[in-house]
Amino acid sequence: MHQYDVLVIGGGHAGVEAACGAARMGARTALVSFNLDAIGAMSCNPAIGGLGKGHLVREVDALDGVIGRAADAGAIHYRMLNRSKGSAVWGPRVQADRVRFKAAVQAIVRAQSNLTLVQGEAAALVLEGGRVAGLELADGTMFHVKHLVLCTGTFLGGVLFRGEERFEGGRIGENAAKRLAAQLRSAELPMARLKTGTPPRLDGRTIDWAVLEEQPSDGEAWTMSPLTPARVNPQVFCAITRTTQAGHDAIRANLHRSPLFSGAIEAAGPRYCPSIEDKIHRFGDREGHQVFLEPEGLDTHMVYPNGISTSLPVDVQETVVRTMPGCARVEIVQPGYAVEYDHIDPRALTPDLQVRAIPGLYCAGQINGTTGYEEAAAQGLVAGLEAAAAALGRRGPALDRANSYMAVMVDDLTLQGVSEPYRMLTARAEYRLRLRANNAATRLTGLGIEAGCIGEERRRWWERREGSREMFHVKHSELIHARALADVGLPVRRDHGEKTIAEWLRFDGVTPEALAPWLGDVTALDPQLAEEMAEDAAYAPYLARQDAELRDLRASEALPLAADFPYGEVPGLSNEMVERLTTAMPGTLAAAGRVPGVTPAALSALLVHARRRLSEGKCAA
Amino acid sequence: MSNPPTIFALSSGAPPAGVGVIRVSGPAARAALLALTGRLPAPRRASLAQLRDSGGAVLDEGLVLWFPGPNTATGEDLAEFHCHAGRAVITAIETALAVLPGLRRAEPGEFTRRAFANGRIDLAEAEGLGDLLAAETELQRAAALANAGGALSRQVEGWRERVLALSAEVEAVLDFSDEEDAADLPECFTWNISALTKDLAEWLARPRSERLGEGFHVVLAGPPNAGKSTLFNALVESEAAITSPIAGTTRDLIERAVAIDGVPFTFVDTAGLRDESTDAIEAIGIDRARGALARADLVLWLGCEGEGPGGAWEIAAQADREGFVPKQRAQFTVSAATGEGVALLKQALVETARNALPKPGEAALNARQHDRLGEASEALAAAASLSDPLLVAEELRRARLALDRLVGRTTTEDMLDALFGRFCIGK
Repeated sequence: MHQYDVLVIGGGHAGVEAACGAARMGARTALVSFNLDAIGAMSCNPAIGGLGKGHLVREVDALDGVIGRAADAGAIHYRMLNRSKGSAVWGPRVQADRVRFKAAVQAIVRAQSNLTLVQGEAAALVLEGGRVAGLELADGTMFHVKHLVLCTGTFLGGVLFRGEERFEGGRIGENAAKRLAAQLRSAELPMARLKTGTPPRLDGRTIDWAVLEEQPSDGEAWTMSPLTPARVNPQVFCAITRTTQAGHDAIRANLHRSPLFSGAIEAAGPRYCPSIEDKIHRFGDREGHQVFLEPEGLDTHMVYPNGISTSLPVDVQETVVRTMPGCARVEIVQPGYAVEYDHIDPRALTPDLQVRAIPGLYCAGQINGTTGYEEAAAQGLVAGLEAAAAALGRRGPALDRANSYMAVMVDDLTLQGVSEPYRMLTARAEYRLRLRANNAATRLTGLGIEAGCIGEERRRWWERREGSREMFHVKHSELIHARALADVGLPVRRDHGEKTIAEWLRFDGVTPEALAPWLGDVTALDPQLAEEMAEDAAYAPYLARQDAELRDLRASEALPLAADFPYGEVPGLSNEMVERLTTAMPGTLAAAGRVPGVTPAALSALLVHARRRLSEGKCAA
Repeated sequence: MSNPPTIFALSSGAPPAGVGVIRVSGPAARAALLALTGRLPAPRRASLAQLRDSGGAVLDEGLVLWFPGPNTATGEDLAEFHCHAGRAVITAIETALAVLPGLRRAEPGEFTRRAFANGRIDLAEAEGLGDLLAAETELQRAAALANAGGALSRQVEGWRERVLALSAEVEAVLDFSDEEDAADLPECFTWNISALTKDLAEWLARPRSERLGEGFHVVLAGPPNAGKSTLFNALVESEAAITSPIAGTTRDLIERAVAIDGVPFTFVDTAGLRDESTDAIEAIGIDRARGALARADLVLWLGCEGEGPGGAWEIAAQADREGFVPKQRAQFTVSAATGEGVALLKQALVETARNALPKPGEAALNARQHDRLGEASEALAAAASLSDPLLVAEELRRARLALDRLVGRTTTEDMLDALFGRFCIGK
């Protein structure tokens, strides 16, 4: 009998963060994967980060996670999306060499103390009194463990579609998946189906790169993780091509052969990442759609055409890609396909990603209805840290909607559920101005140190940085007279009087660069921190206003709603609303306000009844 | 969860009156009906019954109604006794109810509070109901009814939808900028914000509901002995006074609220305006008169032609007197003594006031709602002036939040207490 505090099933992005996170907390942890060599594989596009997603990568990294450092190790192309807009929506994104990324993940995983890797097929959960007591492998090996994190991707009922073809999918062994799946189904967890898709992979040697617009890696020096001192790999360029009318005609002529339109796939796909046949069907008047040709690595010719995910038959896929400029002779190495799969309705989970009906069982990643490496990694981290905290009798880091995208995602998932694969968007975060990709460490590393999930190297880095912060504070409170700024040509009225550097940074046209003569050497101390603090100063009036809003929010966060809160007994709630609230089980009144469809009148009814229960001594919590 | 207490109160005006309505709301309403009438009438049908106390003595005969919850005004079981509203009868019935188990007298605002607590009405509607019950004139009643009926809530929902649509445009630019469709804000974006801001401004410019309570302020001004007080009396005395005259704390300022044709007015009689006064007390009176002039919606000027404040109506008063000098451009020539011209003046006042006060049936904002809407409007104006879409999005979010607060989508207890503290009992 093997004994662990936390056991993680699955070695994808969620599983890796869950296992390493739990181990960093000090929990004796095991990671079970069907194939240890597949740990850290990128199964879809070779990119990490992007709008909203880059924030998640930085946050996972700020809690000393794996994905940021591994992305840097594999990066062959860096691009800061949305650079022209406010910094809170900048999206750091890299393209990573698959081989190098995976090698980096495996190196980190193998070097992690407290973590044991186990190759094998997870066959069945062992339950005692309704809660997790262990795991049985297909070969009969038994693990005694009370906290188990399920990071199994799309293994539940996955079916691949390509034209008229069907394949039962999933990289995990069928038997294991079937037994475990049957067990989960018998637990009567609410399940639903979603679909996602992938484009065909192209042979880069058959692309005429010379005729295409190049998109070089940006010339700056930023990295995904501040612990990566510099970019390590040679940087490659991507290219931009587009679909054409001839290609669209071929798609239209064959729409009936796409499983999306023949009715074979009924599950909802992501609206923000539609298949090419969807794009043509819905926006048929467009002359062409942009396609990014992204190299998959330094030692491979494989190219990922971003923007033409499809499940059309192979012959149609060929016609479509060959009608794109620069691709007349292109060869498809691996055709695109769609995947339909089961997921758990995440409203069945508590805010620590634990299955409410099976205490001790945590779920993270695609199984919760999300899409994307970054979303998976962030959930894996949360579940791993929470599982370890529960096993060790401690608390995980105090995440909430005002301090992290991770908490925004978990809150959205567990309260609202999903109707399409959930992808992070900056629009989901109401406190976006304070949740910037470049201040993730400021927001979270301190919380991570408190929770005990930060390693030695990052802790030292953090302490150095906090020392510098003090010097910036002193500098930012120095006074400058308006005349002095006007004298050097800044757009400031001479009669504006004296203000601190921090206050001047709020003025249009007064940038940290322009104030360089006054800031002096302090900027060189830590350029990233200098930038971050200048942004804080510029956003200060907005942040101050949000502070007032947050006080209100925290007041209603303080009114707990118990899991068994009798919504049905609250008069005035419609049946539909009772059902939504009962399914979502918001933990507090504030959370109830975020459950979709809850009206102002219903919220007041809840407020009064929750308070009445409290005053009657029936503690609602 | 234990049952909330069942509450009762006289919900019509103070006795004596023709008919009094006693309302009972809560789980024991059914038992109360049974106890007093011995039977349960058909739901939502008025029927005649004898009301008896626990000893079987007949207290009164009247109509009783039975509304089973939750689809009632309060969201609870509800009973109504329509009885003769003599003080003795009302007291006897209330006493009979008070001894029943689980029943107690309602606190001020408690019926509305329960309707709100049971999700029957939202905050703006509850506020409208509060105003409705305080309404004393037809115009006040119509405005409050519009709010209580959800007119304001529907309007806010409409604005919220429009702000959401604008937010969606900005969010598309922020989150999908690398897709060709969403690279820039559409040209009509700023125009749409302006159109919305204009709608809000129109509401903000409307008189507030408190103004309805205060009435249209008409100040009579002029030098001493110009006939102000006589005209004042003629204007207010034949009308039903709503409140007793607020004897303006000084000998020189008298206010009286009256309703003319259902329109609320406050008439203010001022001290005669003289610049060369040497009497210190009179000088104070004159200062107050100037203050009243500043707050006035309309000034009736009884002094020398052209010497009154801008916008004042020129009134040629004391037309019956010997030596009366008509004004060249008098809007009205009146004699309070003979009644000449007074009716015409009243008619003109009513017309002017109607235009200046909320229209019948049109929802009006109270101070709290006005503040929230003002915040939304300010945020929209900021959104229109900013170029960084990130900050535009933040301002739109603030506008949405202000609208949410307006209808109580985000509720705090302070607000509830402030809201319910001002209700009369039994409504």
